[in-house]
Amino acid sequence: MKKFSILLALILLIFTSASSLEAQELKELTWGGDSEGGFPYMFSNPTNTDELIGFEVDIVDALAEQMGRKPVYVNNAWENLIPGLNRKLYDISINGLEVTPEHKEVVNFSIPYYKTFLQLAVRKEDNSIKDLEDCKGKKVGTLKESYAQEILEEIGDVDIKTYNVEANTYEDLANGRLDAAFFDHPIALYSAGFNPEIKFIGPPVGELEYAIAIRKEDKELLKEVNMALAALRDSGKLREIYDRWNLWTPIMAAEFNDYSPSKIEASRYNEWSETHRPELTFAMRLERYKDVLPAFGRAAIVTMQVSITAMIIAITLGLTLALARVFSPKWISSIATIYIEIVRGTPVLIQLFFIFYGLPSVGIKFSPFWAGAIALGLNYAAYEAEIYRSGLFAIPRTQWESALALGMTRWQAMREVILPQAVRVVIPPITNDFISLLKDSSLVSIITMVDLTKTYGQVSATYYDYFGPGIMVAIIYLLLGLPFVRFARYTEKRLAAVDKDGKHGHRENIYRSSARYI
Amino acid sequence: MNITNKPLIVVENLYKGFEDGEVLRNVSFTIREGDLASIIGPSGCGKSTFLRCLNCLELLDSGSISIAGVKISRSPGQIPDEKMLDIAHEIRSEVGMVFQSYNLFPHKTIIENIMLAPMVVKKQPKDEVYDLAIKLLEKVGLKGFASKYPSTLSGGQGQRAAIARALAMNPRVMLYDEPTSALDPELVGEVLQVMKDLDAEGMTQIIVTHEMKFARDASDYIIFMDKGEIVEYDDGDILFASPKNERTKAFLRHFVNTGVA
Repeated sequence: MKKFSILLALILLIFTSASSLEAQELKELTWGGDSEGGFPYMFSNPTNTDELIGFEVDIVDALAEQMGRKPVYVNNAWENLIPGLNRKLYDISINGLEVTPEHKEVVNFSIPYYKTFLQLAVRKEDNSIKDLEDCKGKKVGTLKESYAQEILEEIGDVDIKTYNVEANTYEDLANGRLDAAFFDHPIALYSAGFNPEIKFIGPPVGELEYAIAIRKEDKELLKEVNMALAALRDSGKLREIYDRWNLWTPIMAAEFNDYSPSKIEASRYNEWSETHRPELTFAMRLERYKDVLPAFGRAAIVTMQVSITAMIIAITLGLTLALARVFSPKWISSIATIYIEIVRGTPVLIQLFFIFYGLPSVGIKFSPFWAGAIALGLNYAAYEAEIYRSGLFAIPRTQWESALALGMTRWQAMREVILPQAVRVVIPPITNDFISLLKDSSLVSIITMVDLTKTYGQVSATYYDYFGPGIMVAIIYLLLGLPFVRFARYTEKRLAAVDKDGKHGHRENIYRSSARYI
Repeated sequence: MNITNKPLIVVENLYKGFEDGEVLRNVSFTIREGDLASIIGPSGCGKSTFLRCLNCLELLDSGSISIAGVKISRSPGQIPDEKMLDIAHEIRSEVGMVFQSYNLFPHKTIIENIMLAPMVVKKQPKDEVYDLAIKLLEKVGLKGFASKYPSTLSGGQGQRAAIARALAMNPRVMLYDEPTSALDPELVGEVLQVMKDLDAEGMTQIIVTHEMKFARDASDYIIFMDKGEIVEYDDGDILFASPKNERTKAFLRHFVNTGVA
């Protein structure tokens, strides 16, 4: 392990110094993709989860080299890739984006870099299905809301089961829950091409074109990208990439008008099938989990940073709102009330999208970190304000009166008598809120931040394993929240201790029958 | 009662009402320095409101109150301005108030309860206030309770601590709003004794109470209130022995019959 980490550090050092040298010379080409986009498009390297690989990654590298620019990767959720492009998070986007009429309305596309088709797969011993027509009355699995699903619907009479995760589909096919699986050929190949229990059957169906998305206004860039792609095609570099990934098909041969046999080995595909063919032993799995720990560690820091920043915003803004509601003239107080009701009455997910994707259209642009922290902070401020307010109202009126009767001004009474007591009342619920904020911070994973939740998705998509990493990420969330849980308990106990005359609270559970109350 | 002493509290034509009606109607009276006055009367007669008006916890609707030379007056319908609120605050710092439920600050120890106002309001140095607080604790018989929290005290101890807290501001007059009503009967005596001691020292005190025996024996004055008015006021013994007003007679008869007085 030690040797390994030294090696890793060395590689990192070389890598970073090399790239920093380049950085001084080359203009950046930022590109957006989804690290959970799936194989073989782009995914984390199973043997080193920090590295993003895939045939599209190779294409971007070749493209950038051809254009004389330095590729810089920006992560974003797949369904947000095109909004993110128009929000100028990156210059281009590439991740199995299909050239569809809807997409064409909002962005321009380069010439296609890859053409493929849909592939039907069945169990090896099943001879009842020869092509799509035979699927009538059978259970067929496919990706949710995909082109493949549309085609299955056109055939009619097919019992379509839609999936979010490809791997599960092929597992269900192998164990008999499905009669067939119908996917984009690259996905089929990388999911089941090496599986002895499954065979591909029938002719290629349909046609899928993948191209690079570029903002409408970037006409120059479009021209540049197209020229570079054409050059890569003509020089055979694109074909090399497809050969390496075992993605050179008759359709591509026709497209590139190149019918020569492959000259290089499908090294990337072979690596992939090697890591996925063998049944993993428990020890091998554990070893793998150990390898992803650093990635989870970094992600935990991101989660904590966002959560703590959001909580600081929530606590200070919440106090302002509460004071405005309690002490200000009516019109200010009703503004605060309206804010609180709006924020509490709308989903935080919508608030997050609005701040990150909506506000830039009126010229307000935040980095993903600040968009996340501000959205969560503004949201929780509404809840904190109500906690503060109920804390202030929980202090008996007589405390306020006796402070005034002692000659204190209103401010002195507030500062010396009311607030110190109110703080004790509100600390436990505020701490509890922080714990739930910690969990809600997983929402920032949809605005390109690599937090714990995002890392879980990446790691799991890479290994096809949602179980082990799921337990790991759950434990990490629990551990992060634990100190705050303890703190909340402790303050609750202390509060109950002050009130042990029984007037306000009690620390023991008096509701369960005990010796005292029979 | 010492007739030669000059008036300390002068109330003239005091009116006070809430949303649901008038509570005090045309109340006027005078208290001299060093007097101990008890206010008695049936529940809801306005005696607590009267006390709360005296230290401006409730702002009067109209009339005037003068305490130790500080005078707040208001004509009917007058909107209270900053100046009036400042006077109200000034009056409050001349008046000590003790509540039925003591209202000690639960997050502070007994001695911190006593020290808080002198330090915050009068900005007195901490050492000085500490010595004062220790002296006051001794005076109310709570020596050794300095670092205890209010929740650990009995009712009588709590009320005595509340008296010490009010005394720490060195008030010209002490107001008590039913100080013994929330106490167990056996604890009433210790609180009343503190008030008697203070009377002996010459403190001016006004007590709203249901303790008829105490009112009769210890007060210089007894004020009988009913339906928001002062019906009758006189020397304690005289009022009990020969009340002039029918309402006073009816009220006192009730207590004699139940054997309280």
